[in-house]
Amino acid sequence: MNRRNFIRTTATISIAALPLGKLNAQENKEKKEFVGVLVDTTRCLGCRLCEVACSEEHGNYVPDVKNDHALEKIRDTSEKQWTVVNRFETKNGEVFVKRQCMHCWQPACTAACLTNAMFKTKEGPITWDGDKCMGCRYCMVSCPFDIPKFEYNKWNPKIQKCNMCYERLQEGKKPACVQACPKDALLFGIKRELMEVARHRVYSYPDKYVHKIYGEHEVGGTGWLYLSAVPFEQIGFRTDLGTTPYPEYTKEFLFSVPLVLFGVPALLFGLNLLTDRKNELNKNERWENE
Amino acid sequence: MSNKAVLIGEFRKFFKFLIQEMKPRGKWLTPFNIISIPIILLGLVILFFRFTKGLGSVTNLSQQFPWGFWIGFDVVTGVAFAGGAYIITFVVYVMRVEKYHSIVRVTVLNGLLAYIFYAGALVLDLGRPWHIINPIIGNSFGYNSVLFLVSWHFLLYMIAEFVEFSPVIAEWAHWEKVRKFVSALTLGAVIFGITLSMLHQSGLGALFLMAKPKIHPLWYSEFIPILFFVSSIFAGLSMIIFEGIISHKVFKDLIGEKSHYSYEEIILGLGKGAAIAMFVYYFFKALIFIHEKQWVLINDFWGYWYLVEVIGFVLIPCFMFAYAVRNRSIGIIKIASVLALIGIILNRLNISVIAFNWDVANKYYPSWQEIVVTLMVVFSEIWAFRWIATRMPVFSKEN
Ligand code: SF4
Ligand code: SF4
Repeated sequence: MNRRNFIRTTATISIAALPLGKLNAQENKEKKEFVGVLVDTTRCLGCRLCEVACSEEHGNYVPDVKNDHALEKIRDTSEKQWTVVNRFETKNGEVFVKRQCMHCWQPACTAACLTNAMFKTKEGPITWDGDKCMGCRYCMVSCPFDIPKFEYNKWNPKIQKCNMCYERLQEGKKPACVQACPKDALLFGIKRELMEVARHRVYSYPDKYVHKIYGEHEVGGTGWLYLSAVPFEQIGFRTDLGTTPYPEYTKEFLFSVPLVLFGVPALLFGLNLLTDRKNELNKNERWENE
Repeated sequence: MSNKAVLIGEFRKFFKFLIQEMKPRGKWLTPFNIISIPIILLGLVILFFRFTKGLGSVTNLSQQFPWGFWIGFDVVTGVAFAGGAYIITFVVYVMRVEKYHSIVRVTVLNGLLAYIFYAGALVLDLGRPWHIINPIIGNSFGYNSVLFLVSWHFLLYMIAEFVEFSPVIAEWAHWEKVRKFVSALTLGAVIFGITLSMLHQSGLGALFLMAKPKIHPLWYSEFIPILFFVSSIFAGLSMIIFEGIISHKVFKDLIGEKSHYSYEEIILGLGKGAAIAMFVYYFFKALIFIHEKQWVLINDFWGYWYLVEVIGFVLIPCFMFAYAVRNRSIGIIKIASVLALIGIILNRLNISVIAFNWDVANKYYPSWQEIVVTLMVVFSEIWAFRWIATRMPVFSKEN
């Protein structure tokens, strides 16, 4: 009776644990070099043509950049606009910073997503799939840059965030914002090459740039990289995010799950048998459920 | 042929029985009904807007606060409160401590309903709930996601609890054979259920591990999963004590003489368990506090708020439990259990809502609609509980 129960339970548990076997599947995928964009904030004029190009490309709200005075306050990306440019007053004068999804190397959002709706494509961009997403907003809770945005006022809301123009990339084109930039502040390419360009600029003009490339190591490295003339915390970047990829924070817990799933039932059955033995010794009578 | 006829006859009989059981019993105009019925109706109206006009039409959720009261209270706190079932089934079925046998059924029922209603409230919060099927049928398994694990374990645990409770249903419906069969499954279901509980109680905490930059450092720790697990033990025990007080008033005539007698012993035992669990929890908290050198954070509003939670609603009820057990004072245990429950609410809400994005300008606070819907969930659960408790043999008379 006890043994039968044991086998029954172990069988159920094994089935429940099956998906866990593939915990690491994502990591073993074929390696292809990820793409990204290098943003040189010293070159940006604040014309916001990238904002316009982005919204036109994706059918989002197109801002009236001439008349809306949007630079007067710091904005966040929103469910209507995947990218925004902000102006910061620094001791070097005005600095303009474009903001959008960073397309992390090991993204928190995809690790959070229980439906794989947030997905890191093999080219590098993180895309969102409306046929899978169930709108739990765990990606929003997890993203260290607060990028995914949710349509709170729709009955069938979407998660809105930059997808690095994944559709365009597949046609062999650059992202719309990169295409639109008149000052070459945005440079599209493979991250390894972008890093070379970035380092070259920093080393060649040590007085012009701070000696740091934002995104090289932040949260384990991001697809979008930034160069700046002033320390990054002065132009709206969080510099306290660490260099650990965010999925690492839950790894330990996830790895312990199969251990618990198999170990604890065995332990409990053992305990149960022990107490059974004890009871039998005590009163020689079998106890039944209820 | 005749077999079939018998079966149909049986079916008809059961159907009649069911119809008869459906009818309300007792008085209609009780204070509870007068309060709960309008709230449940109002909640339904609010939910209508929520599903046609979007979450924003009834909640104060924002881009900075993607999770609010429904997740923080209904799901995260509600599930901690429902932890009593796995602890009691552990004590009774695994350790075979007969003393608590008389409260097993009612605790399992409470746990089962809590999961159905509180974990079920998760669905209300989903923006695209029709896709909930994706991670269940295997369309898209996000194996790397803590939420994937937690929601799967919710589901499996509900099944395990249902199996644990099914002998009661079978007894009620007079299906002797079924009862025998499902009773034999109990131990397996219990062990499976305890394992799942350990995982999803801690998993609820693990959900917040990636929100590291957003949670106030006094509440963030890599040990959140362990803290959540340990605190679910005394949350569950306190909830059993608290519910016990109420059901002993409300369902007096359903509870047999003998179980009244041993009730005091049971409460004392539960109080002792809670005191120990709380002490372990407090010890962990203190270790983390010292290890992370968090005293530098203590001298502002958040520091004081943290002390209110940890001293006022963990350490003090912990001492109260210990004192009350030594002096056999049921009254103090009752008060301590209420304090401990408030402490759990504070802790879960702090992590998920209050100390989450603590430094942003537009703080979140729940809208009245969110609160009404939460009350609706709680009241519907009580309705379901009352319906079952007055019909099925939940409070054991004989034991
Ligand atoms: S920035 Fe946020 S949304 Fe973009 S890839 Fe990283 S975690 Fe995901
Ligand atoms: S809201 Fe959608 S995309 Fe984000 S984690 Fe949930 S299911 Fe994934």
